[in-house]
Amino acid sequence: MELAFNEETFRDDFTFRNSPHAIRRFPFPFHEDRYMYAVNIEPHVPGPKGSVYEFPIDVDEHYVSEMRDRALVLREDPLRCQALPHMMTAQWDLLELLMTAMARDYPEHFALTRDGDRWHWINRPLGLDQRFVFGDALTLPCEPMEYVTRQSQGDFALLDHRDGNLWMDAGMITTQADWSLDFDIGMNFFEWHGPVPLAHEMGVFERALKYLLELRVGSPVRRLNWTMTVNPRLDTSPERYPSWGPDRLSLTPDNIGRKLHLRVELQSFWRLPRSNAIVFPIRCYLISLEDLVTVPKWGRRLPRVLRSLPQQLVDYKGLTRYRDMALEWLARYDDGAATSPGGAPD
Amino acid sequence: MLASGIKSRPVYGRLTSNPQARSNIMVADAEGALAVLDMVADAPDGFWARTHILYVPGGSAAQDHGAKLAALAPFSWHESPTVPAMLPRLRALLGAARMGTQLYLAGTEPLIGEGIRVAGEFGVDHAGVRTEHRGSLARRVQCVHCKGITESVTMSIVPCAHCGRHLFVRDHYSRRIGAFQGVMIDAEKPGDRPPAEELYR
Amino acid sequence: MSIRPRSSPVRVAEIVPVTPFVKRFRLAATDASPLPRYSGGAHIVVEMRDGGVVRRNPYSLTSSPLHDGDYEISVQRAEVSRGGSVFMHDRVRVGDTLAVSAPVNLFMLDWRARKHVLVAGGIGITPFLAQMAQLSAEGRPFELHYCIRSPERGAYREALERCFPGHVRFYCASKGERLDVTQLVASQPLGTHLYVCGPTPLIDATLEAARAAGWPGHNLHAEHFAAPPSGTPFDVYLQRAGLRVYVGEHESLLEAIEAAGVEVPYLCRGGACGQCETAVLGCDGRLQHHDHWLTTADRAAGRKIMPCVSRFDGRELVLDL
Repeated sequence: MELAFNEETFRDDFTFRNSPHAIRRFPFPFHEDRYMYAVNIEPHVPGPKGSVYEFPIDVDEHYVSEMRDRALVLREDPLRCQALPHMMTAQWDLLELLMTAMARDYPEHFALTRDGDRWHWINRPLGLDQRFVFGDALTLPCEPMEYVTRQSQGDFALLDHRDGNLWMDAGMITTQADWSLDFDIGMNFFEWHGPVPLAHEMGVFERALKYLLELRVGSPVRRLNWTMTVNPRLDTSPERYPSWGPDRLSLTPDNIGRKLHLRVELQSFWRLPRSNAIVFPIRCYLISLEDLVTVPKWGRRLPRVLRSLPQQLVDYKGLTRYRDMALEWLARYDDGAATSPGGAPD
Repeated sequence: MLASGIKSRPVYGRLTSNPQARSNIMVADAEGALAVLDMVADAPDGFWARTHILYVPGGSAAQDHGAKLAALAPFSWHESPTVPAMLPRLRALLGAARMGTQLYLAGTEPLIGEGIRVAGEFGVDHAGVRTEHRGSLARRVQCVHCKGITESVTMSIVPCAHCGRHLFVRDHYSRRIGAFQGVMIDAEKPGDRPPAEELYR
Repeated sequence: MSIRPRSSPVRVAEIVPVTPFVKRFRLAATDASPLPRYSGGAHIVVEMRDGGVVRRNPYSLTSSPLHDGDYEISVQRAEVSRGGSVFMHDRVRVGDTLAVSAPVNLFMLDWRARKHVLVAGGIGITPFLAQMAQLSAEGRPFELHYCIRSPERGAYREALERCFPGHVRFYCASKGERLDVTQLVASQPLGTHLYVCGPTPLIDATLEAARAAGWPGHNLHAEHFAAPPSGTPFDVYLQRAGLRVYVGEHESLLEAIEAAGVEVPYLCRGGACGQCETAVLGCDGRLQHHDHWLTTADRAAGRKIMPCVSRFDGRELVLDL
């Protein structure tokens, strides 16, 4: 399918829209009519043509506008992109991974020519043409992680592997669900998950870490995570909470279908070769309730899932103020019929 | 000892001497001096003669802990009026130190946090630093919005000393910043905030 | 949920004698897809088909991690070989096909270190070759201390002197030169990390000296690639598979279990990584632990065994496999 890029915004007038194709390929995260934590990790292998899993690094119709939004976030707050000094090798690993994947899978938009250490990168949608020396950060306009992640959708955390743990020692985080890179940088796997309720006691993080430490180059894995966001806003950082917090009070029974969005993170985990670090891309997909219920199975399932959530999770995910209103709006799309297993539309 | 279920907060122990260490750097503030003095019974022979002590008396100045520390006859000894005034001396000691040097931090959480942060600049892993919490439970709080640090926070909600926003203190601690996270309490509905309670002293 | 090591075929592109005892093998991809890259200190497991026997030996990658292309490993012919190194030396020819696992690094550099001190004994030089290529390219402070038995056993000595002048020191036992590890660990700046690979006595002496000098455990890194020791043959019963398996004199327990068609997860095959840890359901006899993984308490309890290197002496051993 030919990829055309939307002209849209994720702030102020919120002109973000999903095309019918984007709705069909939305990674609906609920495999059954209820939700609880699980170590739901699976190999990140290619999925059906047109799906978000078709290619390991998904580029979609929102690409150009998302990159513009990232640039706006960084202009106001450069601390969203940080790397501790020992992460330079991992930065280059990440640049290689992303450029190679994007050029291979979207050749009409991206091109990479390598002549030994001399690389030539062309990004047509963003109008960039850059020659640089791989391994020499001074030949790029900024450090390699920042350079390449200003051109890749989703957030990226770089995790150093040492002492049997993973340490979040670098990242580009501008589309996050209410956590701060500036605060969390340098923390280990258990520390940065500290505020997550219930999961520690369930042993979820121990098992997940053990699994991730065994990751091999070339065999990435993935999982889906989710929350909800009022308005199609990518930057729901704690830093900017004063500007998006009031949105939660703007919901009414008349506008909630349009304004409330299911926010799904496609999280993947890749062993990086030369640094032995792990990169953790967190790709955010947004869909309004109105668009979501155009898939009847999703319209039936979402209210059932929201009803099943323990109160701690409702609070942690920030749904407390509007869950009941959302359930009321969604009720008319749940006719009580059985739903098929798995998240895909019937 | 400071007990907590906060996953991101360091676990502080009890100060014990490292008998293998060739050299020791000991940093204490206020009642942290008592943790150092408690080591005297167990310290191996010659321990104090290979130990540097940096002390910040703070609110405990009147109790004369400094004189007791100096009486241990350490290899070097310095009393500083504040933690920021002490840090350049700690940096100088760490910069000249060799492997086999043990760092000890005793006292308030802000002192321990600052010490671990500075040690990291010299390649010292936080897990190898020996710590003991003594004295005030007051927290340093970083405002996640303006990034300013508010010192000596004892209330659940506190105005940021820099931007003035009312901050809810999250139970989430950054070793790198040496502070807890403060997030605006009434961002969703300005002025809608519960009364502040004293939680720690 | 363990990720199984996948193996892929490689063609032997070149065999170069390095010393009378060490050969270097260059391994190339058999198709256009490049071999996965790796970090300094990583190893691959090479799978050899020796008649009906499958041998799997771990070897450190010695080629530079900085460049794409072929893998290089260096194989020392073991004096008492269980077959793997002799097979590599005597039977493998240029053009042959071998299978190799994806690279795994159990001997990582700590990138935060203010200085890296590398201590190698004999063929223990191999992981450091790749690490030094990375350290040198990034301009990080490092020094290599390389202990060899005699001049003709000093694999890569000239290349090391040429590529890393001022960073390497040699200690040749036959000339009476010895590395004084006590002095070495006494004079390093704060923030130094120490890495040691070689014979067990060298590793033990180095780590012991560093601990005695007050080094914290986080700054010490060792690579134990003990080859599985030979021993008296014994039988093992695999409870879940319902199989009785014979373990021969020059075969490891893990190899015998694999030959019987039962899969066990593994990474290092040298008793270091903990992957193959297996529960012991019954033991009428004595477990012979040769690994560096189980704790003293584990050994005393007798409920676990590392089949990659450990053996059994007695009447009946039952494993949870």
